[in-house]
Amino acid sequence: MIMGPLLIGLYVFVLAMFVGFEVIAKVPPTLHTPLMSGANAISGITIVGALAVATTAEPSVANILGAIAIAFATINVVGGFLVTDRMLRMFGKRR
Amino acid sequence: MSEFLGASVPYIYLVSAVLFISGLKRLSRVRTARSGNNIAATAMLLAIVGTLLEINFASAAAAELDYRWIIGGVVVGGVIGAVAAVRVAMTQMPEMVALFNGFGGAASGLVAVSVVWQRLAAGQSTVTGFTDAVIISLSVLIGTHTVSGSLIAFLKLAGKLKRGAPILLPGRHVINALLALVILGLGIFFVATGDTVALLVLAAVSLVLGVLLVVPIGGADMPVVVSLLNSYSGLAACAAGFVIGNNVLIIAGSMVGAAGLILTRIMCVAMNRSLVNVLVGGFGANEGPGSGDDEYEGVTSCDAEEAAILLEGAENVVIVPGYGLAVAQAQHVVRELADLLHERGTKVTYAIHPVAGRMPGHMNVLLAEADVPYDQLIELTGANPEFRNTDVSIVIGANDVVNPAALSDEASPVYGMPILLVHESQTVFVVKRSLSPGYAGIKNKLFEADNTMMVFGDAKKIVQGLVSELKQL
Repeated sequence: MIMGPLLIGLYVFVLAMFVGFEVIAKVPPTLHTPLMSGANAISGITIVGALAVATTAEPSVANILGAIAIAFATINVVGGFLVTDRMLRMFGKRR
Repeated sequence: MSEFLGASVPYIYLVSAVLFISGLKRLSRVRTARSGNNIAATAMLLAIVGTLLEINFASAAAAELDYRWIIGGVVVGGVIGAVAAVRVAMTQMPEMVALFNGFGGAASGLVAVSVVWQRLAAGQSTVTGFTDAVIISLSVLIGTHTVSGSLIAFLKLAGKLKRGAPILLPGRHVINALLALVILGLGIFFVATGDTVALLVLAAVSLVLGVLLVVPIGGADMPVVVSLLNSYSGLAACAAGFVIGNNVLIIAGSMVGAAGLILTRIMCVAMNRSLVNVLVGGFGANEGPGSGDDEYEGVTSCDAEEAAILLEGAENVVIVPGYGLAVAQAQHVVRELADLLHERGTKVTYAIHPVAGRMPGHMNVLLAEADVPYDQLIELTGANPEFRNTDVSIVIGANDVVNPAALSDEASPVYGMPILLVHESQTVFVVKRSLSPGYAGIKNKLFEADNTMMVFGDAKKIVQGLVSELKQL
């Protein structure tokens, strides 16, 4: 293997963008808002990064920044998924 | 046991990535959307579990682990997010999405800064190499852009910033170009030296640039801006994924990036404008000459009673909702009107323009809240051939998307934009507060047409009036 982790990351990024375009390309207008808000919740995945930097006990700058990042990302994740579900429940009850 | 758990982490990430992809796929089909959202949420939970296992069992720092900060952050964020999601009214959805988006961007930017500080505290060099430094600066740049851009979008959508109108600073293109150059310079300096102050100044300048880029864009172009910022927040997560070397972050982030770009493109096509044209901003702010002919001649208006009489005899009625419907919160009473007409044997449909409202699919969400059946909503291409067989079209709070100038007047700023052909119907009622121009800041010849009747007033009150008049007939 001649690829370092960074290059693998780049491969993953490019391929995932392609998959993303293919998977979502034909979204109907009814789902524009839920898709946007669901995707928005997914962007809170950055919580994974935040968890990794907030793990030591003594309060350091890195730690505090990490904890704030966790709080922000959690707002994004919890709020995003709940609000999307609320919308989709509305769409669902009419069928 | 702990070895096994540590070794299982990459596979948990893999399952999580697969679930993210299939969740998004289901989220883009009507029948499977709700389960798609649940699957994506499960994927998120798995990714978090994987990360916790990783820092617990597979990292070198396991000995000094402490979860207090993590738990604190999750509890605070979770409560705020849940309360906001449950409390928000459906009419406030555009600004809510913009705000959540900003939090995601902020988190991504903070992760990159935090990694730098962690290294600093450990006595290491702040950057591990050229690419690492480039990624960190990109991560901070995209993250901060997303935060300030989203906050401005939030304020505009909530009507707290000049009621959403474009704000044009003199020489804004020069200022923006200069700030972009400053950011580039700081980025190069950070990559060369790993200086933390340079990174923080970069973050600050980038925050300012994010504000300046969104401020000149007017309310009705917000669907494009919100979609694009959504895409940014995904790319910001991607960049954070590169910084900490986590593929789940990269995969999920790029999915969001792709989703945002697709919606951005759909919105631009629906307005027949390029992304650059939207982002340059100032659309409809009367920058150039020739937009001043706001004089209307031969406008006929009527009240709810007369309108109700015409509606009573109609066989085919099309309702065209716009942002004004959202502002007046008239969605429930509109459905009541449609039900009433339906009971009397009138066929009622809703024609939805893709950019009606302030975010992609805004009208669909509002009408869904009012329990309007899904099959009564007709898209632009399906609705247009039907207007010539329509007895009465009721335009509620929409303006530019029904302006015939888009078809005929080459000098008009909306020329070439696909519109709903309401002027082809027998009679058009335009429910509107006044003759004031729409977002594009131009006159709408529809209001002068012989078959158009203006019904002036608040959309909710007018439609309520129509309902009570119809009941009496």
